[in-house]
Amino acid sequence: MTATTADQHHDHHPTGITRWLFTTNHKDIGTLYLWFSFTMFIIGGLMAMIIRSELFEPGLQFVDPLFFNQMTTVHALVMIFGAAMPAFVGLANWQIPLMIGAPDMALPRLNNWSFWLLPPAATLLIASLFVPGGAPAGGWTIYPPLSIQGGMGVDFGILALHMMGISSIMGSINIIATIMNMRAPGMILMKLPMFVWTWLITAFLLVTCIPVLAGAITMLLTDRHFGTHFFDSSGGGDPVMFQHIFWFFGHPEVYILILPAFGVVSQIIPTFSRKPLFGYTSMVFATATIAFLSFIVWAHHMFTVGMPLTGELFFMYSTMLIAIPTSVKIFNWVSTMWRGSLTFETPMLYAIGMVFLFTIGGFSGLMLAIVPADFQYHDTYFVVAHFHYVIFGGTILGALGAVYFWLPKWTGHMYNETLGKWHFWLTVIGMNVTFFPQHFLGLAGMPRRIPDYALQFAEFNMVSSLGAFLLGLSQIIFLINVLKTIKGGEKASDRVWEGSTGLEWTVPSPAPYHTFATPPVVK
Amino acid sequence: MMRIWRSNRTRRAVAGVIAPIAVAAGTFASSAHAEWALNFQKPVTPIAHIQYDLHMLILWICVAIFVLVFGIMFYSLFAHRKSKRAHAANFSHSTKAEVIWTVIPILILIGMAIPSTQALIMMEDTTASDMTIKITGYQWKWRYQYLDNDIDYYSALETPRSQIENNAPKEEHYLLEVDKHLVLPVNKKIRLLITANDVIHAWWVPALGAKKDAIPGFINEIWTQIDEPGTYRGQCAELCGKDHGFMPIVVDAVSEDDFNAWVQNQTSQ
Repeated sequence: MTATTADQHHDHHPTGITRWLFTTNHKDIGTLYLWFSFTMFIIGGLMAMIIRSELFEPGLQFVDPLFFNQMTTVHALVMIFGAAMPAFVGLANWQIPLMIGAPDMALPRLNNWSFWLLPPAATLLIASLFVPGGAPAGGWTIYPPLSIQGGMGVDFGILALHMMGISSIMGSINIIATIMNMRAPGMILMKLPMFVWTWLITAFLLVTCIPVLAGAITMLLTDRHFGTHFFDSSGGGDPVMFQHIFWFFGHPEVYILILPAFGVVSQIIPTFSRKPLFGYTSMVFATATIAFLSFIVWAHHMFTVGMPLTGELFFMYSTMLIAIPTSVKIFNWVSTMWRGSLTFETPMLYAIGMVFLFTIGGFSGLMLAIVPADFQYHDTYFVVAHFHYVIFGGTILGALGAVYFWLPKWTGHMYNETLGKWHFWLTVIGMNVTFFPQHFLGLAGMPRRIPDYALQFAEFNMVSSLGAFLLGLSQIIFLINVLKTIKGGEKASDRVWEGSTGLEWTVPSPAPYHTFATPPVVK
Repeated sequence: MMRIWRSNRTRRAVAGVIAPIAVAAGTFASSAHAEWALNFQKPVTPIAHIQYDLHMLILWICVAIFVLVFGIMFYSLFAHRKSKRAHAANFSHSTKAEVIWTVIPILILIGMAIPSTQALIMMEDTTASDMTIKITGYQWKWRYQYLDNDIDYYSALETPRSQIENNAPKEEHYLLEVDKHLVLPVNKKIRLLITANDVIHAWWVPALGAKKDAIPGFINEIWTQIDEPGTYRGQCAELCGKDHGFMPIVVDAVSEDDFNAWVQNQTSQ
């Protein structure tokens, strides 16, 4: 009984700005991460609108080529480090304690700091647009020697990446510590919900690869300002070494973006199939295998740098291997739906859309692994189409599906299903009209990262731009729907969904400020 | 010509929504300058041919798997929806099925890896070449040095500023025209040494299937052997700064006699 009294006491939290500045509550911090992520999604999206407006027709209409390069670079950095990664850290904060029956994250103060590093980092990154020389314009991959040429905006970018990296490392340490130490009695590792499993593996990827990025960009910084020549061949350095180090971070980073989305889909599909996840054990091992492989495939991003034949063969074979655990996951999802009792609420639509569209990106990834053909695809719009199918079709659809799935638990209200369905269909149509034609552009010979193009590429570019405008506008529906749900709406039950399983559905909707002060027992 | 093309563009953009459906039906076009081009430019070298064949092989395998897997999924979405089946089955694993769908992808991947390995070995063999040309990337132009003939010149964009800034109608080869073309003889194995002087560039001509990074301080090599005379156009493929989109490549492939005459002409100047 004393526990109950204590709970009620702690439900009184500071109000106003101090609640959010000083909070150590996983739900508050999760909310902060999610709003931060959405803000970055809009900012990065506006940059994409500038890019697609310039590419609407041949010729230079709106921006000069240098600013165009800044847009492509900052769009990518904002979307990856500002929108996609924080979205899933936000979901992890909200859901991991609820799903493993923990009262909060293991390291609440660290949690607060992890989040509050992000707004200054994002401010620094965006501010680089307004300093002399402008923002980083050498692509998000910041390859030297080009990135050595940039102005102080590049230094802003490097510092911002460092801060976001520290935030990610601390967030990951917290997630690992929470999952390893705070599980409810009886919840052995092989009973963890798949979302928690994928995040555990993702967190290990993050703590392993982010320091490698930090090393690379620190060497870049000293090359720029302190007379070192790590990447300068005229001083005995090697520009290709940067690419190797960068992609040793960069490839695991890709899986950091996608694995938690796999986890989300593995929660949603069984719920709306009213049937247990097919092949739980193989899902766990497939995820771990993908994570392991992500460390030995990095050079497939740089097949055209002139590697020895044996190197090209090794990275081709290792990259092709990824298709195996990935297809196991897809077969498992399809088998989960097989002979289920399916309904198609918005989260389920997003999960099915994610599986479908991610797989298109997976297939183009397999094509890109074939080195002889990659010599044609490399650095063309085919690659742009590929990674947008994976990151938008996979990561972003996964995150949107997760928000619809858990929003009733967070707010206590059901979202508007009609608006949700409109948002889904317009997003999926917009996304496909934007990115599918980019496959053709790349195959026909259009390089990526160019502000203007030859006339034979005009038609598909116009189609792609029209799709992008639709895609951008449709996100307004999402914002409206979320705001409406926070304000009110049909009362959500504790279980929310008919097919719900898992600890998060045993607490009231909305989830109280403190949950699981007494740990539940998992049988 | 240009005016008609412009006025029709909006109508064509609408048609573009339909075009992907045509692709799904399997109508592949490959002409280099056809509008709505869906696939690789017409290959004119042994390397480009083998790339095209591999690309199509892998593509069709992927399409077949895709149709099969998502055929099953969409059947399930239709047949196993709640309004038809009130109660879900309760199975959650099948070792037999899982072994089968792990082994089959492995076999398919081996089937893809064998021709890819053979192609790669052929592509990386730059020995026994008939002539050598050194290509150097600069911000933002190319330099071509014929090492056997003592010919050395720069090649830069010729499209006038007025066309880029929409003050003049755009020519057919807008952004794909240079002041001095790279002239190569047909049916000769030509070794290309590729490097750069400032930042990383990439020399790419799609019809030749030739793409390699030009990296300062390093010399990469590739080879090409063009089957038929013609003019082939490409672009820098690695982001190299402000005018990355404005450093095209134009290759004139000519008969051996014409090439010798051109060399005579160049060296006597």
